[in-house]
Amino acid sequence: MFCDANLSLVDNSSLTTRPPGAVVIDIENITKEYVMGEEVVRALRGVTLQIRRNEYLAVMGPSGSGKSTLMNMLGCLDTPSSGRYEFNGRNVKEMDDDELAAIRNREIGFVFQTFNLLPRANALRNVELPLIYAGMDPDTRGQRAEQALIDVGLGDRIHHKPNELSGGQRQRVAIARALVNNPSIILADEPTGNLDSKTGDEIMALLEDLYLRGNTIILVTHERDIAAHARRTIHLRDGVIEADQVGFGGTDISSMDHRLEPDATMTT
Amino acid sequence: MKRFLYELEESWKIAAAQMRSNMTRSTLTALGVIIGIVAVTLMGTAISGISIGFDNSMSVLGDDVLYVTQWPWKPVDDWWNYRDRKKIETDYAEKINRIIASTPNSNLIVAVPTSSLMRSVKSGGNEVDGVFTLGTTSDFTVTSTIDCKEGRFFNEIESREGAQVVVVGYDVADALFPSASAIDKTVLINGQNFKVIGVNARQGTFLGLFSWDSMVAIPLTAFNKYFSSKSASDARLGAASTESDVRVKVKDKKKLAEAKDELTGIMRRVRGLSPEKKDDFSINEQQAFKSTLDPVKNTIAIAGLFITGLSLFVGAIGIMNITFVSVKERTKEIGTRKALGARRRTILLQFLIESTALCLLGGFIGLAFAYLLCFGIGKAFPSFPIQFSFGLVIASMFVSVLTGLVSGFAPAWTASRLDPVTALRYE
Repeated sequence: MFCDANLSLVDNSSLTTRPPGAVVIDIENITKEYVMGEEVVRALRGVTLQIRRNEYLAVMGPSGSGKSTLMNMLGCLDTPSSGRYEFNGRNVKEMDDDELAAIRNREIGFVFQTFNLLPRANALRNVELPLIYAGMDPDTRGQRAEQALIDVGLGDRIHHKPNELSGGQRQRVAIARALVNNPSIILADEPTGNLDSKTGDEIMALLEDLYLRGNTIILVTHERDIAAHARRTIHLRDGVIEADQVGFGGTDISSMDHRLEPDATMTT
Repeated sequence: MKRFLYELEESWKIAAAQMRSNMTRSTLTALGVIIGIVAVTLMGTAISGISIGFDNSMSVLGDDVLYVTQWPWKPVDDWWNYRDRKKIETDYAEKINRIIASTPNSNLIVAVPTSSLMRSVKSGGNEVDGVFTLGTTSDFTVTSTIDCKEGRFFNEIESREGAQVVVVGYDVADALFPSASAIDKTVLINGQNFKVIGVNARQGTFLGLFSWDSMVAIPLTAFNKYFSSKSASDARLGAASTESDVRVKVKDKKKLAEAKDELTGIMRRVRGLSPEKKDDFSINEQQAFKSTLDPVKNTIAIAGLFITGLSLFVGAIGIMNITFVSVKERTKEIGTRKALGARRRTILLQFLIESTALCLLGGFIGLAFAYLLCFGIGKAFPSFPIQFSFGLVIASMFVSVLTGLVSGFAPAWTASRLDPVTALRYE
């Protein structure tokens, strides 16, 4: 059922893959350990990974695989216990809280499963938030935020509050917010997890469109058909990378063609 | 700096939106601060009122007048040394004046004798008991600022001849002649008729300190003629016997110390003391009295502010509590903000501004209430000197901001230190 709905959107033309650019994320043998009570939880046990500009990467794995921990590392929300992590050539492991905040602000656009919009602020204000933290003047900020909302097809919802928007529209606001600072990567954590499959497909189509327009996307998911949109998939298990494949693991790429008309995604 | 102002402005907008969306909660929390500010502000006005009332009472004494008395105006431990001193006689004034007149470049202007007793004053069916009855000369107007609402003070001739005329205080006139002017009416003081020739303007009484309002003044000659001889019977009735002193006006109040020395010398001559003998009189000035009463005034002020400060403290705890709640229920929002690039300082500032804005709001409303209350109290009890000053407004605003900063700091600090990963996962 799920699959059918998904496949119905897919046409048969071949998936466009953009040539990868410079290395954005360079991770070497990172580990992460937590102390929970008296137990030491080793969430990551030596992950080595390189992500380049213009990649569309899916991170998959069952719960407990270290997927969330890796995502927190990639998103600079947390620092590894050991190993090397360079973001655009800068050593993340040595950064303090404020430097991490600056990296998140300028280099990473977050898209969350639960959207994480500020409930009392309208769409524009929500999208402006990263620009406020970047210290941008109000006029430029407003224009940039408005343009980002137009780009995700919400030009007519600028002054709506989150509770006046549908789930799909909320996630579009969140994506606009992720995009507005022109980050190096967009980090989407289960972006369709709280949406019905049709709306989820629309969001995936939007991400596809963003990818084709030159954005680097990292998708964290446990759903195979969502991961199938990515051009490269890594599978995590027990804190290590089990598989790192071009295309969706175990699936013939040619049968999973996903090229969508960018214009069509805007109108849905 | 610019960056800081920018963040300040943005935080302010966020705080305003937050307060609007939690109207009930904000109002209730602000109520604590409102009550605190009302209490502190009222106490502040009361204290400055006390101070002003005190100074008003003090001004009766005059800051350029020296008082020659038997007892010093300060608490003494060796009272037995003072008890047996000779009484101050009213005729010292004449002797002092003669010496002043013969001294070139004297620092003193004139000496005025006064005697006083508590007497009841009657007129028709009305009677006022325990009126401070003062006998003095016409020179009294030089040493004390007497402001006659109607009529005049007695003149030199009336003073010398002991005319049966009286100048009455505002409250006395009001009690005896509630509906008519007291001028030219006759009052009975101790069975003697006195014609009212002047009524003083209202001075205001406070804490039972000196006030012209409940006094009457008659020429000293008349006073001595009719009252002094009865001091024995007064003692039997339990009333205080006649108290006499001499007040001396000083030329330049900046040279009060020199004037005091000069007067001491004159008094020693009058008393005929040999050089080895100690002074058997005291010379006092307003300042001495003030320095005795100032600690009392300050203690009242400190205790009052401390107690009312407690209510403000309770208000501050309310603010702290609500800011903690606000941080807790917005943990996820804090996580999101951090993910989007909010720095610790930004988050800290946001919550600090929120608590400060609440306190400032409470402060404004509290101040408005306090102003109305002061106005009401002023109308209801006109004798209570109440003072609502601009300085007080500034002070209470400052206190409000300070309360907000102090009470908001702990929760805001907690918020700024939140780990983004944990905060984002918080449901």
